[in-house]
This record gives sequence, structure tokens and C-alpha cells, in this order.
Amino acid sequence: MPVRIQSEDFDAGREIASLRAGNAQVGAVTAFVGVVRDMNDGSVVADMELEHYPGMTEKAIAEIIEQAKSRWNIFDVMVVHRVGHLKPTDQIVLVVVSSAHRGDAFEACEFVMDYLKTRAPFWKKEQTPHGARWVESRASDDVAAARWRQKD
Amino acid sequence: MVTLIYFARLRESLGTGSEQLVLPAGVRDLNGLRALLMARGGAWASELAGNTPVRAAVNQDMAQGETKISDGDEIAFFPPVTGG
Repeated sequence: MPVRIQSEDFDAGREIASLRAGNAQVGAVTAFVGVVRDMNDGSVVADMELEHYPGMTEKAIAEIIEQAKSRWNIFDVMVVHRVGHLKPTDQIVLVVVSSAHRGDAFEACEFVMDYLKTRAPFWKKEQTPHGARWVESRASDDVAAARWRQKD
Repeated sequence: MVTLIYFARLRESLGTGSEQLVLPAGVRDLNGLRALLMARGGAWASELAGNTPVRAAVNQDMAQGETKISDGDEIAFFPPVTGG
């Protein structure tokens, strides 16, 4: 499965090795790891809870991967996203892309992340000294996703 | 009968995560459904009024107000996503 939603941590090295295993055409692998910070919107974040929409999450990310494959010359994409209880320094998300040359892998990896941020149904709730709060979506994420829009 | 699902801030404010609803004749799209739910008043009216952004999905695909709905659909309401 190119998409995994799980509460457990992941090992980026193992996922990278598994994505390119046995494929001698692979000349480049890019990986992005998203991590929980201890500060957001001016408040200290003690920990957070990540909620998602089971079924739609997997479907939305699979569609993003298909789009990436149609736009760049890449072989495989793997996305692991954690849900449930997370604390600062924990890994949240992993995107791995393999291709023959680095340009395609770099761009496709960034595209998958930008689209995931605006289209995959996850919601973060942070615990701060002022109480719990739902994280609000950022306009900068919409801008980041919009720059990939194709001129048809 | 349709299945309605609510996530994140909406789930907490509305006090429910999901429900089954018999679609009245005349409710054919998301705009119609939203008006029907807002008529319940209280948190339903304030959460779905659009003052705070609300997104929706029909059968697990992102949807718009004009998106048609019918018996058997799974319809979800939620705030803009914040994963990654």
C-alpha cells in the first residue's frame, strides 16, 4: 500500500529502502519528514491529537499520488501519516518519492506535501497553557498548493 | 436515508459524530441539506452559517454547495483540513 495511516512511529530509512528495493532504474529518492514543533501561533504546544476521516484520507492521498505520477517522471510514492496522540519532536508525516533523476523526485515530493496539507482530511487539536484549541488552516498552505495549478 | 458525519470542531460543537437522516423530498443538494440542518437552531445554525469556514464531502470526495445528494450517500461536514 502506498498510503499508510497509523498511530505508531515510522522509520524513514526503512521506508526509503523498501520503496527502491530491487529497482536498478532508480537514480534518486527524495524524502520529507514533518515533525511536531513545541510552538505554534505564539503558544507553547504541550501535545496534540490528530483526527482523520478514515477511508477518505486514504482515497484523497492516493489521488494526489496518481496526480504526481501523471505530472512527473517518477516510479513510486509512499506516504505515511500518523494520527492520535503526538508530542513535540514526534514525526507526523513521511513522503518518499523515487525517480531516475533528482529533479522529478524533488518536485513531486513537494507537490504531494502541498496537496496533502490542503486536501487530505486531517485535523490537529493542540494542548496549550491556555487550553485545547483546534488548529486553523493557513492561507500560506493554500498559496503553496495553488502554485502547482496547471494552466490547461 | 443518508449518513451524516461530523469531524473535529464541528463534531464537538454539534455534540455528535454521526447520524442517519431521512432526506425530505426537495432536499437535493448540499445547500439544501445545510439549510435543513441549520433550521435545528443553536450550534447547528451558528456552525453551519459560514461565518467560520466549513467544508463538505459526498461519498468521500470534496464537494460544493451545488453537489447533488441522494439516498445512500455518506455526507461529511468538517473545518478546513490541517494535517501534515
